Amino acid sequence: MRDYKGRAGRGLAIAMMAMFAAAVSTASAGAQQDTVAATNDPRVGLAAGTGNSAGVAALNMRLVSYSPKPMEFDSARGLTYINSDLAFRGDIIYQGNFSGFSIWDASDVAKPVLLSTVVCATDQGDPSIYGNLLFISAESQRSRTDCGTQGVTVGEARMRGVRIFDVSDPRNPRLVRNVQTCRGSHTHTIVPHPTDQNVIYIYVGGSSSVRDPAEMAECSAGTVEENPNTAQYRVDIIRVPLRNPEQASVVGYARIFEDLPRPPGRAGVALSDTATGNRARGPSGCHDLTSYPALNLVAGSCGSFGILLDATNPERPVRLDAKSDLNFSLWHTAVFSNDGSSVVFTDEWGGGTSPRCRFTDPLRLGGNTILSIDGGRMTQHGYFKMMAAQTDTENCVSHNGGLIPVPGRDIMVQGWYQGGVNVFDFTDPARPFEIAYFDRGPVNAEDLVVGGSWGAYWYNGYIYSSELSRGLDVLEMVPSEFLSQNEIDAAKLVMMDEYNPQSQPMLEWPAAFPVVRSYLDQLVRNGGLPPARTTAIASALTAAERATGQARRQQLNGLAGELDADAGRAADAERVRAMAAAVRNLANGS
Amino acid sequence: MKQAARLAALVACLIPIGCATSGGPGDSAGAEAPSRAEAPTHVHEPVQPAHEPAHELSATAGPGYTVADVRFMQDMIGHHAQALTMAAMVPERETGIQLSRLAQKIDISQRDEIEMMKRWLGERSQAVPDNAHMHAMLMPGMLTPQQMAQLDAARGLEFERLFLRFMIQHHEGALVMVEELFASPGSAQDSEIFRFVTDVDADQRDEIFIMQSMLDMLDTARGSQTG
Repeated sequence: MRDYKGRAGRGLAIAMMAMFAAAVSTASAGAQQDTVAATNDPRVGLAAGTGNSAGVAALNMRLVSYSPKPMEFDSARGLTYINSDLAFRGDIIYQGNFSGFSIWDASDVAKPVLLSTVVCATDQGDPSIYGNLLFISAESQRSRTDCGTQGVTVGEARMRGVRIFDVSDPRNPRLVRNVQTCRGSHTHTIVPHPTDQNVIYIYVGGSSSVRDPAEMAECSAGTVEENPNTAQYRVDIIRVPLRNPEQASVVGYARIFEDLPRPPGRAGVALSDTATGNRARGPSGCHDLTSYPALNLVAGSCGSFGILLDATNPERPVRLDAKSDLNFSLWHTAVFSNDGSSVVFTDEWGGGTSPRCRFTDPLRLGGNTILSIDGGRMTQHGYFKMMAAQTDTENCVSHNGGLIPVPGRDIMVQGWYQGGVNVFDFTDPARPFEIAYFDRGPVNAEDLVVGGSWGAYWYNGYIYSSELSRGLDVLEMVPSEFLSQNEIDAAKLVMMDEYNPQSQPMLEWPAAFPVVRSYLDQLVRNGGLPPARTTAIASALTAAERATGQARRQQLNGLAGELDADAGRAADAERVRAMAAAVRNLANGS
Repeated sequence: MKQAARLAALVACLIPIGCATSGGPGDSAGAEAPSRAEAPTHVHEPVQPAHEPAHELSATAGPGYTVADVRFMQDMIGHHAQALTMAAMVPERETGIQLSRLAQKIDISQRDEIEMMKRWLGERSQAVPDNAHMHAMLMPGMLTPQQMAQLDAARGLEFERLFLRFMIQHHEGALVMVEELFASPGSAQDSEIFRFVTDVDADQRDEIFIMQSMLDMLDTARGSQTG
């Protein structure tokens, strides 16, 4: 959609660089080509307001419910009480906060019920749930072993690492373990043990300062060369015996940053003499890591690199590839496509507290990029950035999200802080496009009061968005030219028992008519089959759905055979084959 | 004794601006004044030897901030301002695309961060220095007037090389400032300043890495031209 988006090949990339160079030499032309577009977008000029009082612009999605922050966190004091990430189990939503967490019962999405609020200073309090154990990231200087909010002056009182709560009684969570680490935990990622169901691993994200050895004896800083035990340039790995979580501890670390190619991607260039040891060494940690246990993959977002790891042995992940990009400031988080053939990386340029979606901010900075994955190697393709100009009192940049389980497509929902919630399609990694959005006006029109969507996730039919300053939003997709009712219905068939966005589950669809019709709608939309065929297939499906038992089975098997033949001459053969397989599943289930 | 010092600091700081501006190297008193009635803060003992056990804070509604925190923010404004001056030299010099993009990114980032630091100080009723805060000239990594003049006079590849070298020096200074802040007991406990300094550290560390690579490429290019 924008000229810099596609990167079809090296020649094109170079040509575009030249174009860009020409554009920036005249400031006004550069501004036009290179900034956030759409000042005529409905998201521009929304009225400011706290809670649910701000002006709203929504496209192809709607707000189901808004729940204000619990009283304990109801403060606009800087970042101290902002909400952070979400985790899901059954009907329960776990919502992190810089000063603790909240537990919601969302069995009625129209009216989530607050079950408990735990005040526990952590910064940033990212949660993960596994069974009855809730894991909370604690990074800050003020975080205390006893959860107190008064701050720390005596080192022993400080807790930087991963807290473990027993939440078997969601109304009365119990702290069972503080796993201390040398640099605290900004984020964390669950990687299940490949065979032992009683063990999980936690990869610790973050690259904050190393604690003084006086505070934690085994902690020291420096380069690997000068200090082989340095707590920098590594990812700490915690092992959690699920039956004895109080014994969880750091079992090792992965040094995954050795010999990274020099950005922008030039391998084999030696450090020059002017390079200054520690500080020119590139990433010393990962902001976060997204595991995809079904494929043994982990995508690390580590400073100026997106890093792909093979975690077949979770205690010893191996780097497969690393990519850098001068447009990316801080590789922040990753989401794999369901088949693992591509990965979206986000860039949290400015750390999330700055307004980086203004009309003057370049679209190539602070957005997403999509990389394809082939044989463990990544290739960078397009960029995607929420494109409606936001005000300078709205902190806005690409942030957290996850997949919407539409069969046959790669669709992601994502929070952009005060840029709102956004849904985009990245099925073609070179041509991502927007499908839907929900955006409120700024929290405050005069001053930048930090707020907006920390992360937005599809979970069992609805989209949950953690609002930093306002509370919890539940949203729903509405059909449109970009997403059909069948596709939404098919997505709603995917039910999960548990969902941690940083530990990505593989999506599987049951045998069902909406799944088949999703493929059909997609073939109509992209002209993958001629209209005469798609009309005939739609009729055949209607007839099969009316039939029962043996008759339905026969009709579906017959249709599947026709689809096999269609695939041979279809413009989108792969999708026709996927539909044939879905029809056969349906036949077998009839 | 320490209790008394703490009390003295609190009393002294009821006059807001005077506290922050009095922050010379010999200062030992905390500096703060709550900007909102419902936002109680309290004073940490600044600058203690790292291994000497510090006193425990009383249990109130949240950690406050230290003289070191305030001074860090005040000094970093001047530090960032110099980076803006450097970045502003780039557009008129027709440099390579990578350098102009880098300068644009630094310009936007550090301009925003200056606003954020001013907001942080203002919300706490601390003195907000203007961008030309002279004290910052003494901060680690700052370019000397001679270096600024040298950069300003340079053109072409020489400018690119100098810009990268000086900006690396400048960024490294920021990292030293972050290290010093974290080494100061009780500092960086306020969520906002903790987040900010952690981001400054991560961003600038990576930008140094990128600039070092760009510098290497320039040197390689020059080597292949002359050789």
